[in-house]
Amino acid sequence: MKTYDMAELAVRNLRESILRNSLTTVGISVGVASLVAMLSLGIGLQQLAGRRLQKSGLFDTVVVTSRRDLRGFNREQEENGPSPAESPTLNESARQKIAQLPDVIEAYPDIRFITELRYEDKPHLAMMAGLPFSAKNNDAFDGMQGNFFSSDTAPEVILQKSFAAQLLGKTPKAGSEEVSVAELAKPLLGKQLTMRYAERTATPAAGDAKEAPPANSAENNPAGTAYSVVSREATLKIVGVCDLDPDSMRGQARARIFLPLKLAQNLHVMQPSDLRDTTNITNAAPAYMTVEVHVKSPTQVQPVEDAIKKMGFNTFSIVDATRSLRQFFAVLDLFLGIFGSLALAVASIGIINTLVMAILERRREIGIMKAIGASDGDVKGLFFAEAGVMGVFGGIVGVALGWTIGRVINLGTNVYLKRQHFPPEQIWLVPWWLVLGAIAFAIVVSLLSGLYPASRAARLDPVQALRYE
Amino acid sequence: MPAGQSTLKNSIAIRTENLCRHYPMGDALIRAVDGISLQITSGEFVALLGTSGSGKSSLLNLIAGLDRPTSGTVVVQENDLAKLSREELAKYRRHAVGMVFQSFNLIPSMTLLENVELPLRFAEVDRGKREGLAKQALDRVGLSARLRHRPTELSGGEQQRASLARALINQPRFLLADEPTGNLDSLTGTEIMNFIREFNESLGMTIIMVTHERTLAERYASRMIFLADGKLVGDQSNAISATTGQTRGGGL
Repeated sequence: MKTYDMAELAVRNLRESILRNSLTTVGISVGVASLVAMLSLGIGLQQLAGRRLQKSGLFDTVVVTSRRDLRGFNREQEENGPSPAESPTLNESARQKIAQLPDVIEAYPDIRFITELRYEDKPHLAMMAGLPFSAKNNDAFDGMQGNFFSSDTAPEVILQKSFAAQLLGKTPKAGSEEVSVAELAKPLLGKQLTMRYAERTATPAAGDAKEAPPANSAENNPAGTAYSVVSREATLKIVGVCDLDPDSMRGQARARIFLPLKLAQNLHVMQPSDLRDTTNITNAAPAYMTVEVHVKSPTQVQPVEDAIKKMGFNTFSIVDATRSLRQFFAVLDLFLGIFGSLALAVASIGIINTLVMAILERRREIGIMKAIGASDGDVKGLFFAEAGVMGVFGGIVGVALGWTIGRVINLGTNVYLKRQHFPPEQIWLVPWWLVLGAIAFAIVVSLLSGLYPASRAARLDPVQALRYE
Repeated sequence: MPAGQSTLKNSIAIRTENLCRHYPMGDALIRAVDGISLQITSGEFVALLGTSGSGKSSLLNLIAGLDRPTSGTVVVQENDLAKLSREELAKYRRHAVGMVFQSFNLIPSMTLLENVELPLRFAEVDRGKREGLAKQALDRVGLSARLRHRPTELSGGEQQRASLARALINQPRFLLADEPTGNLDSLTGTEIMNFIREFNESLGMTIIMVTHERTLAERYASRMIFLADGKLVGDQSNAISATTGQTRGGGL
């Protein structure tokens, strides 16, 4: 029999006992639906976590420090690499080399200093840090009041909530309700802060240029380590107050007030490492304490870290945390998939049952078909096609059902999130490969379930079948 | 196939040799067909007669290729059915044999047109041609007005006519009928028998009909074979029927 005829006959046979076959198909649908709903939930959660991690900037960042910085002294590193005294300096040329490594988005120096700020004639002491312009997308600024810096050199600052509270003298007492960011931002946005800082300037002998080339300065100054420190003041405008902490990776050294990175560099603020660098014989150019490296994705952190280590620097990242997180999601997906498949297994038993019942019911029909010329293959194919058709319909309906279930879960979650004052999230995702995969899976499972009933129908003895009344 | 029929007239169409079909039932061995040897000539109208349990239906099933012999041979046009594969046997049933049963055996979920079309599906005839052929066959048995009806909506005579149309659709050489009038009153039975005779005479089909009614056999068959306990107990030609069948049929 031709395939098309077979399919047509199968569909009409299924329509004959519409109730039973519909119920079987619904069984498959429910199986597919739970599979789709669970897997899409797993995928959605994984992507959500991935998105959050990416935005947090924690897991795609490598922090590079010089081995010369003995505060990070580590016996293991000393054994594996060059000794601290022979290791390279973390200066501008090193930063550029790091920035050119594959999969590195950017590498920027970490500039932070403790300084005194005056607001309405009251002094405050705070740790300040430079923020690269790319930090704009960091999720710490999600609930920010005001705006991000207008440019990379604008004389503007963003305050962390706790510092804003300190400026206003509203430091919350322990246990009391926290003041909202909006309330803190209102009186502060657009106001001026005066910052006092120590500027490192090259000695006049080295020329007027602030960043004198080392060769030039070496002529006048063999050691190349002379510079002056001048106390200066700058006026900065408050443009934003953020709720979360963009500097959470820093632990103790967390800054509470942020200025554009380029501006911070141009100010040539004296860094704690500058003093140590005066003892560096080989290189007199200003060195960085730390360079932060952004990598394209958390998966590429490890190779980038290895490459930087090879250059002779110390590195630090939280890549291990992402690895275990990924492992967790793999296990979660697996378990969700297993539960979904269990539902599908139950459904396939339904198919076997339906088809075996159909054989009993249609014994005579099978006998007739054989008597008028149906081959074993025709009978087998017909039952197989019936299973396949149920699989196709069950798969399509199941995907639609699973999609709906996922939507409902998503909707419910967002209602809950809204009530908890969180922004809405897409925690459920049905990629196209899951749609096609689920339908294909339903068809395959149905066909496998049809194997036994179909071969049983094909083996039926026509003489016996026709005698059966 | 009907084109070649005239040249094959009087040649041996079916030959059985010491044909046996035994099957166990509990401890006993049922000898449904027990050493039957016979020859059927092309174009004959053979009636298989015997009481119930005499083995006439079992013999018919063996000739139809629905069953396989325990021993002995059934040779149809130089092909030993016992040596054919299941697939080849299905092909033989599809193209060489048309079957009619006492209980009509139409598929209840299908319309008459679909029932008659079904053998064409198995024969992989093009979709476009199938409906025309099926309509033609139903027209031949006077059921043009009943194409979209289901078997249960029809009388017994109409159902048997539909099953005749189905048996003819692939233009087989043999028509095997198992008590074709058994479930019909005598009037509709005669109607069916007249159709069968017409197929025998105008299409040159070889007919083998199982019946337990001797009068029916005498009226239509050209040859009567008697069976008892799976054995052949009598074989006589029916001269009257063979020569004057036409007039007798017309007289009824």
